Amino acid sequence: MSQVFPKSANAWSKASVLAIVFVLLGLGWVVLTIQRSDFVTTANQFVEQPVQFSHQHHAGGIGIDCRYCHTAVEVSPSAGIPPTKTCINCHSQIWSTSPYLEPVRASFRDDKPLQWVRVHDLPDFVYFNHSIHVTKGVGCETCHGRVDKMPLMMQKSSLQMEWCLNCHRDPAQFVRPLDQVTVMGYQPAIAQAELGPRLVKEYKIAGLEHMTSCSVCHR
Amino acid sequence: MANHSNNTAPEESPVILPGHDFETVTEIVAEIPLSKRFPLGWIGLLLIGLGGAGMLHMALGYLVLKGIGIWGNNVPVGWAFDIINFVWWIGIGHAGTLISAILLLFKQQWRMSISRFAEAMTIFAVACAAIFPVFHTGRPWLAAYWLFPYPNTMGLWPQFKSPLIWDVFAVSTYATVSIVFWYVGMIPDMATLRDRAMSKVKATIYGTLSLGWRGSARHWHRYEVATLILAGLSTPLVLSVHTVVSFDFAVSVIPGWHATIFPPYFVAGAIYAGFAMVLTLAIPVRRFYGMESLITMRHIDNMAKITLATGLMVGYGYAMEAFFAWYSASSHEKFMMWNRMFGPYGWSYWTLIAINVVMIQLLWSRKVRQNTTVLFVMSLLIGVGMWLERFVIIVTSLNRDFIPASWGMYYPTQWDFMTFFGTIGLFLTLFLLFLRFVPMISIFEVKMLLPQSKVKADHAH
Repeated sequence: MSQVFPKSANAWSKASVLAIVFVLLGLGWVVLTIQRSDFVTTANQFVEQPVQFSHQHHAGGIGIDCRYCHTAVEVSPSAGIPPTKTCINCHSQIWSTSPYLEPVRASFRDDKPLQWVRVHDLPDFVYFNHSIHVTKGVGCETCHGRVDKMPLMMQKSSLQMEWCLNCHRDPAQFVRPLDQVTVMGYQPAIAQAELGPRLVKEYKIAGLEHMTSCSVCHR
Repeated sequence: MANHSNNTAPEESPVILPGHDFETVTEIVAEIPLSKRFPLGWIGLLLIGLGGAGMLHMALGYLVLKGIGIWGNNVPVGWAFDIINFVWWIGIGHAGTLISAILLLFKQQWRMSISRFAEAMTIFAVACAAIFPVFHTGRPWLAAYWLFPYPNTMGLWPQFKSPLIWDVFAVSTYATVSIVFWYVGMIPDMATLRDRAMSKVKATIYGTLSLGWRGSARHWHRYEVATLILAGLSTPLVLSVHTVVSFDFAVSVIPGWHATIFPPYFVAGAIYAGFAMVLTLAIPVRRFYGMESLITMRHIDNMAKITLATGLMVGYGYAMEAFFAWYSASSHEKFMMWNRMFGPYGWSYWTLIAINVVMIQLLWSRKVRQNTTVLFVMSLLIGVGMWLERFVIIVTSLNRDFIPASWGMYYPTQWDFMTFFGTIGLFLTLFLLFLRFVPMISIFEVKMLLPQSKVKADHAH
């Protein structure tokens, strides 16, 4: 029988050995990248809400403190979504006839809470507690980003476990003085490398063993 | 090499029967993959194998839908069929590696006729074994991050202190080296098939698989070097893989598992079960395909002897387990042994003793070793016995643990049995496909046993 392969088969077969390696490596890289993409984590995407509430305007422009609305953040696991009454405190006086705010007035009239859409949704097997973070010097901004620059709320962080562990493994990178927790655009007064470890000690933040123990978050 | 064969005792039969020359060896082996014939017996067995593989498919499909609750294992017997079958299959694979690696390094010529399909058996057995740890997680698509270290989004690595992760590396290394070794060893024969193929399609397929082999002196030189390196890589695996498998148990603190005898005891058991499996496969294959002149009674006899030797080591392991239970003076160890012998699963212990200790003594007799029918039945029984050994070790150590209040019985469900017999079907299917489409005996190696090649072989080695 004559030759079944042309002469070029030599080159092709040698090239394919290399190609297989690169294709496999490339495929691995693509999978790992997609896993961390905004498409998967839903970070950096505006979420439509029943009312076009702007944190940029309220927190940034007017300068209302985060805790005026999220009252429970220092004492409970959930930061708390404000009741409609909190809105009405001001909006009975200003913009009281704006059509944009009709859902808010309706909610107040009918005594039916606004159905906000959750933006930061952790898996149900994770027990996150706002109060411990805020009272140990983790700033709102550290996780939620520059809320004062968001016309509509969006998730800024991946909320993936490696992101949580990034801080749990070394909280000194992020902690701030307690009076600076709600500040947006915070800059440490002295180098964080010096301030961080000092604050960690002062707040008595637990060591690596406890902070990375499974049952700290998965109970 | 010729010297070795001169040393053999006069009553010992030759490695291959006389009357063969280069042409007949090629013909008898290469004819099977190249022929257009699909023998009826082959088709019948393949249908049985496919039936089993289909059943495996169903069982695993239902498992993925429902979760591992469909299996019988539950506290206190948290490990059962999944790990019994895993250890059983992995153990079976060891004979192939021993034949192709250790016997190669020891220049045992008789390995040449049986190495190819023993290696195939290894690979298919490892494939069957791998199904169990992957599917016992219940969500096999997530098993990747439970088993393999890769930069995942949880920022977590597997627990490197756990023998279970050592197991992953041991078994995946084993599978990789075995496949590469098997394939490299086949390249010259694939070229033979390419050259003898009568149709363009077959020539192209076997030509691709032969990777451009021309049989030049340089090719052979590289081939010899590669084989030697791979044999060197495989040799420690014969010992290490089952050692690590035994660590799954020995590193724990369960009475009956926490024993230093486990690694050698498991390795011996693996080779014992593996050689029994090679006999189970070789005896019908050589008769069915008329290969009695290439896989001779010498092979059968040698394999039976290795089975006996390793079987005796396994028997020593059983004796030591009982001895440790007494000598440790630990009441839990003693109770475990009593429970193993006279507890609710006592029947399984005594059956395995009957097979693995009592029955194999028959192999001392040359008459038994020369009787293929008896050997075939015995090899099947050894398969059963070694399965029972893992059943005894796993279930009887767990079903009555430290607190009597938490004792419980283990009963496998239909899904356990369907998965187990399903993997046997899968193995049968893969092995039948191998027999039909791949040269089941290493053509070029067997040729080295012919008198015609002796002159050259003496110079070459």
